Amino acid sequence: MTLTITAQTQSITSIEKLKELSGESVKLCMQCATCTGMCPMAQEMDYSPRQVMHMAQFGLIDKLAGINTYWKCASCHACSVKCPRGIDIAKVMEALRQQVLRKSKNYIEPSRLSAEQVAEMPQIALVAGFRKFTS
Amino acid sequence: MKISYYPGCTLKTKAKNLDRAAIASLTALGVEVTEIDRWNCCGAVHSLTADDLIHQVGPVRNLIRAKEQGAKKLVTLCSMCYNTLARANRIMKTDEVKRATINRFMTEEIDYAGEVEVVHFLTFLQEEIGWEAVKEKVKVPLTGLAVAPYYGCTLQRPADVGIEPFGSYSLMTGLLEALGATVVPFNAADKCCGSYQVLGSPAGENSAGAAILNLAAGAGIEALATSCPLCEYNLGKQQQLMLEKGRIAKNIPTYYFTQLLAVALGLDSAVCHFELNTRISVDLLKDKNCLAAA
Repeated sequence: MTLTITAQTQSITSIEKLKELSGESVKLCMQCATCTGMCPMAQEMDYSPRQVMHMAQFGLIDKLAGINTYWKCASCHACSVKCPRGIDIAKVMEALRQQVLRKSKNYIEPSRLSAEQVAEMPQIALVAGFRKFTS
Repeated sequence: MKISYYPGCTLKTKAKNLDRAAIASLTALGVEVTEIDRWNCCGAVHSLTADDLIHQVGPVRNLIRAKEQGAKKLVTLCSMCYNTLARANRIMKTDEVKRATINRFMTEEIDYAGEVEVVHFLTFLQEEIGWEAVKEKVKVPLTGLAVAPYYGCTLQRPADVGIEPFGSYSLMTGLLEALGATVVPFNAADKCCGSYQVLGSPAGENSAGAAILNLAAGAGIEALATSCPLCEYNLGKQQQLMLEKGRIAKNIPTYYFTQLLAVALGLDSAVCHFELNTRISVDLLKDKNCLAAA
């Protein structure tokens, strides 16, 4: 993966905002990719958790805006418990989701779920999904 | 012995088989269960952003209900409820600033500072009853059932609320062994089933869930025991579809551990609500002579 870093692609504010929202410092990441190795959803992600940490370290907001990694995260904390730098990566993923959701954008539209899905799924799936995917 | 119990929404409806089997088993073990009055949804997932306190109000309100009703411990069963309640409780106990803000916001409630202990059903069984005592009450041992404990994510992570350390499955292993089952080590016992991702992916296409079932089949596991309705949905109810779509090679029946407990205690199978499980789950227990043939 080649990352282009210029004054135009990099947003220092976004690095600060991510830290404020997540409470975590992505600068601690040493790119060992243990998170990617632990992640049960990695195969469905267009960029691995390690790559996302790298983008976040450099504040590449435009690049981060168009990827699916944090939407595929299941908040299972497998990455967080194994991170040798002690970063709670699940919190970084949540902050990336929230940055989109807090602009009143939904990742999934509840009205598009079929009646069968709603009837069949346990309530915790619906509540958890709406909490993670809707504004 | 008396306990205060928080069931949560799913256990009252779509996961009645988790709840009813648990209550009947506790009654058979001599425990009097009191469901706390006026409980509400736990919120299902813990908010991970540093500034989001409003989503702690739901779980904290349940803890206040328990405190008001005189409970020192609140026993809960669903893995997601356990995680959300335990994490909210930890905030109230350890974070003075957030505790003050939440208490100030809930002006109509009494102040709360983490006085109630949130306990998972498995921890309660082990600490207050013990595997030996359970074993003595077993009437239908689950002999020959090669089962693996499946913990998923929320029973163990993060470490400060985990019912036991990451990578250790001694609680459910102890229980299943006491019930006479053969417990098979399972290296995917703490892998996530895909959780709420089921909302955004097409039915039967859950790669995380399929990986777990394929690993279980490879390890010679006949059945999985879980304590989470979302794990049961992703691994159990979606299983036939995954098989039809070629995502998994073989069926692996799934149960709530409370159902296996109730069966082994020889309770009427009606309390297990097996109609909510897949057909293959019921068939396997019949094959093992643990359930009377219909």
